[in-house]
Amino acid sequence: MELSGARILVDCLKREGVEYIFGVNGGAAMPIFDALYDETEVKLIPMRHEQGASHAADGYARVTGKVGVALATSGPGATNLVTGIATAYMDSIPMVAITGQVLTQFIGSDAFQECDVIGVTRPICKHSYLIKSCDEVADVVTEAFHIASTGKPGPVIIDIAKDAQRKETLFKYPETVDIRSYKPQVHGDPAQIAKAAALIKEAEKPMLYAGGGVVLANASQELQELTLKTQIPITVTLMGLGAFPETHPLAMEMPGMHGSCCANYAFTDADLIVAIGARFDDRVTGDLDKFAPNAKKIHIDIDASCIGKNVQVDVPIVGDAKNVLTELNKQVGPTDIDPWRAQIQEWKQKYPFEYEQKGNKVMPQYVIEQIYEHYSDAIVVADVGQHQMWAAQYFKFTEPRQWLNSGGLGTMGFSLPAAIGAQLGCPDKTVVNINGDGSYIMTIQELVPAITMKLPLKIFIINNMYLGMVRQWQELFHNKRYSAVDYHDNPDFALLAQAFGATGLRVEHPEDVEPALLKAKGINDGPVVIDFIVDEDENVFPMVPAGAGLGDVIRGLS
Amino acid sequence: MSKEERHIFSVLVENRFGVLARVAGLFSGRGFNIDSLNVAETHDKSISQITLVTHGDAQIIDQIYQHLNRLIDVIEVTDLSTVTHVERELVLIKVATDDPQKRTEILQVAEVFRGRVIDMKPASLVLEITGDEGKLKAAIDIFNTYGILELARTGKIAMMRGATK
Repeated sequence: MELSGARILVDCLKREGVEYIFGVNGGAAMPIFDALYDETEVKLIPMRHEQGASHAADGYARVTGKVGVALATSGPGATNLVTGIATAYMDSIPMVAITGQVLTQFIGSDAFQECDVIGVTRPICKHSYLIKSCDEVADVVTEAFHIASTGKPGPVIIDIAKDAQRKETLFKYPETVDIRSYKPQVHGDPAQIAKAAALIKEAEKPMLYAGGGVVLANASQELQELTLKTQIPITVTLMGLGAFPETHPLAMEMPGMHGSCCANYAFTDADLIVAIGARFDDRVTGDLDKFAPNAKKIHIDIDASCIGKNVQVDVPIVGDAKNVLTELNKQVGPTDIDPWRAQIQEWKQKYPFEYEQKGNKVMPQYVIEQIYEHYSDAIVVADVGQHQMWAAQYFKFTEPRQWLNSGGLGTMGFSLPAAIGAQLGCPDKTVVNINGDGSYIMTIQELVPAITMKLPLKIFIINNMYLGMVRQWQELFHNKRYSAVDYHDNPDFALLAQAFGATGLRVEHPEDVEPALLKAKGINDGPVVIDFIVDEDENVFPMVPAGAGLGDVIRGLS
Repeated sequence: MSKEERHIFSVLVENRFGVLARVAGLFSGRGFNIDSLNVAETHDKSISQITLVTHGDAQIIDQIYQHLNRLIDVIEVTDLSTVTHVERELVLIKVATDDPQKRTEILQVAEVFRGRVIDMKPASLVLEITGDEGKLKAAIDIFNTYGILELARTGKIAMMRGATK
């Protein structure tokens, strides 16, 4: 039977098991939206801005591990997706972004709403396709899903001309995908794994350093087995939080710029670092010349180009974290490193995350502690800034895919739409969105679809009336010249939430924090927004200043 | 910073539009240099061969190799500098022959470089010379003394020695 390119596209999405498409309609994508109109298997979620659509698809992918799908029209629709695509690319999130394109005969003519989407997105996607004929649709869609979800995951763009959406052709679904130029290496080299096991056996001060790759590879079980079997202390990065329970005695909490002193001192002192799905990001390592000067390094990563990029590695292992750890676990046993473990415990006890209660102010850290107290099982979607760091520090994550944030690109505005995707992906879980006053207003319009769908999102704004993280840097490094960070002119977010049609609460006193959080628990017929008015001047500590070594961490209080 | 070295990469890619842009974008986005670049279809019409000359320290060369490999449309990457190989480049040189006296002399020099005359006009002639980098440089230096009007080169192409493929 002959079907239109748009119909074939939707049928292929169904075969890929797509539940939701997040999109904003527009001229060059209308045939696809039309094909979705009476579709029940693939549900179309209309968002209010294409950026929201791409973050929602991303949030859905992060909680489910499946491919998130975003859909937009040509030109501005497509360029609005760009931030979300780059966000997904930096954090290796499987996503397919579909954009309508002008008619093939107009491509390259500066037609209305035309943009070279393939050109614009080239450096921020794993791969991209321009479809000019309906005959290509089925093959391209299956390839795109295969590429997005295998190897190191990432976003794939499908730009499809409007005439290719409309024209009809015979639908032949390709049952298998074989791309001769794309064969990800998933099994680690056995000789390298044996070398790694030997180094682990010899080490006196070893540490495990796990990142988002462990979550992406669904390798948390294997990571826990490695940690428990060897009894080696472990630090999990911002992107990996939850891959190993932070409540465990061996957990050192996250490393890096705002990480725990314990993890940073451990890096500086260790004689062996086992990196698993982590990429020695500059926010983790600080000054590379001072990073882990005494340590041999084992680096397990699916992406060969990530190994040796920032630090010299002694034992590189290219492969999928789950496969490699499964093999490694067969070759390791208990380590004899009691003095090192005692040292770690000492640092841990001496330098916990801590803050000072100032007068009767609502301290942001206190709000996070209370959120953890009452929502410890929730999926937490944070935005970017001080609140993100406090959430990472004071909420103890115990499950993979429990913590979502834009760690790589650091995209403000990520969290509200991502929380929508997360809630749809995990309808039975509570989804808590911890937001900032600066980031919340960047994508606030996505409150509308959340209300329409009656999603019981808990949106908690840590409102310090500033672009807080920038204000902190200005205080410390720019002589307190607070350029363009004063957000006192923001609207009242509680009233604004009510105007949108959600429940809106405002909390200004510490004693009101807990009752408000409890009240929010009971409201499940739509989103609740709580605007926590917190101390304006509080900074995030510990802090490793940019360019300093991890050993030079500013501890803050102690 | 370790020593900078020149490397020749042979890159087999899918013969599709946009592939060259992906390869070139990888260099421009990271601030790596391309010294020369040659692209053409192979005997298999679905595959193109890119020969790319670049330079950098060991770490940069490794990154270039890994990132080329990471591109979905790249089928195979070989760093020919690490194996025994042959390399050739072709240059077309238009030399001024205003002075007919010099023409014979120029043709004799061309003979030394095994150059072929592929066009001859009263005031100029076009020579085709192939060779490695050293030979082409020597030829260009000498013809410069007669006056080069125009010069075009293909960029290097290279191949591993022996029946490895």
